[in-house]
Amino acid sequence: MKVGYYPGCSLEASSKEYSDSLFAVAEKCGISLEIINDWNCCGASTAHNLNHELAVALPARSLALAEKQGLTEIVIPCAACYSRLSQSQYELNQDSIIKTKVENYLNMSISGSIKLLTVLDFLHKYIFPVVDQHIVNKLNQKTACYYGCLLARPKETSTIKRTEDPMEMEEVMQKAGATPIKWAFKTECCGAGFSVSKTDIVAKLSGKIIEDAADRGAESIIVACPMCHMNLDMRRPNIKKQIKRDINIPVLFITQALGLSMGISADRLGLNKHYVPTDKTEKCIIKKEA
Amino acid sequence: MHSSNDYKEKKGLKGRIAKTTGITINKCYQCGKCTAGCPLNEEMDIMPNQLLRMLQLELPGYEDKILRSMSIWLCLACDTCYSRCPQEILLSKVIDFLRQESVRQGKVNPKAKDIVKFHQAFLETIEKNGKLYELGLTLNYKLKTMNLLQDISVAPSMISKGKLNMFPHKIKNIKDIEKIFNKTSENKGGEQ
Repeated sequence: MKVGYYPGCSLEASSKEYSDSLFAVAEKCGISLEIINDWNCCGASTAHNLNHELAVALPARSLALAEKQGLTEIVIPCAACYSRLSQSQYELNQDSIIKTKVENYLNMSISGSIKLLTVLDFLHKYIFPVVDQHIVNKLNQKTACYYGCLLARPKETSTIKRTEDPMEMEEVMQKAGATPIKWAFKTECCGAGFSVSKTDIVAKLSGKIIEDAADRGAESIIVACPMCHMNLDMRRPNIKKQIKRDINIPVLFITQALGLSMGISADRLGLNKHYVPTDKTEKCIIKKEA
Repeated sequence: MHSSNDYKEKKGLKGRIAKTTGITINKCYQCGKCTAGCPLNEEMDIMPNQLLRMLQLELPGYEDKILRSMSIWLCLACDTCYSRCPQEILLSKVIDFLRQESVRQGKVNPKAKDIVKFHQAFLETIEKNGKLYELGLTLNYKLKTMNLLQDISVAPSMISKGKLNMFPHKIKNIKDIEKIFNKTSENKGGEQ
């Protein structure tokens, strides 16, 4: 089985482990991912601030290339890239004036029919049907599933069922044998694109998320967005300073957590690339009872 | 009488928002849910519901106050307000419009200049490479803001963890990206 793949910039650099773990999980389940040739940056949390048309046109190029390549479905693991690509496609399908303009700039046509999958859609659609036979370990831990903004909103492009209290990540973590906790911050914002320009705001917002997870007994936080990961993991020293508490709960990508339950090595899943050590999560793995 | 109202509709921010984004500001009835749920309400100088009220009333001086506010730059586009708005006003899109107006009219709040410089540095990197080059972006941003020492402590660890590419990965058809940037900036004025 083959599914199209849009990596996005972060997955080639600061969040390479997200890509590596997705490939490892997919491979184990017999799914191959086909990268969009010569894809480009989606404009991220920046283009839409300064130039609306640019924010539609940049993702449109990758969508057009994917169509040209014959892909009918693409998985976009970065929640921010998913948001930009899906909003671009939505707008092109709604607004024929901007569609004509953008097609002109690109010198390519866009049918707008390609199906875009978040990592959660991908896991549910392609991994769930075959996952049970591959799960060999139980991730014996309480986990806080953190969606952030862009998997949950806006409703036009989000694929989750319940905006205020989604459960799609919890369903994956239950498969992995973990115990998802109930908590209040699963769809609150981490500070997103302010990681560099307003680090104090990131520390404040991410601090509230980390504290709530810790106070409710979470032993790990599970994410599906490289921006969320960077803010909760790499910015932990700033967060600790802000909340004046020494909280060392690790932050794992959902594909890393699922990969551990499939018996894939921590090395292959890139757990050594994190700032907050993940050894406690690795140690809580127990063999699944037959 | 009519003509003066029409004039105001076209020239005021409210009318331009309607024309550009299709959003009707007058639908807001001030329930305040946007402000209640906003993760950055503590930092804002104009609360989200107040911003909508000011746009509705269009009193003298309001346009200037809005375009010079810090709030329009603090919005993270998390869309919590939109998901809870009983009138379904997509405030993040309104705010994107206000940001572009604020830049165009040279009214960016001094405290927001670093945020704008970050966005500009980011887009310059994309225009040049077609993809993000994080090291290049960081250096460009540092030079623009002269915050030379910021984040100097995380850089070595990012490199040792293989999280920072030393050289940019340029896409093949960079000409496509140049064209997208040129064409979309031609059309960029007050109206999108």
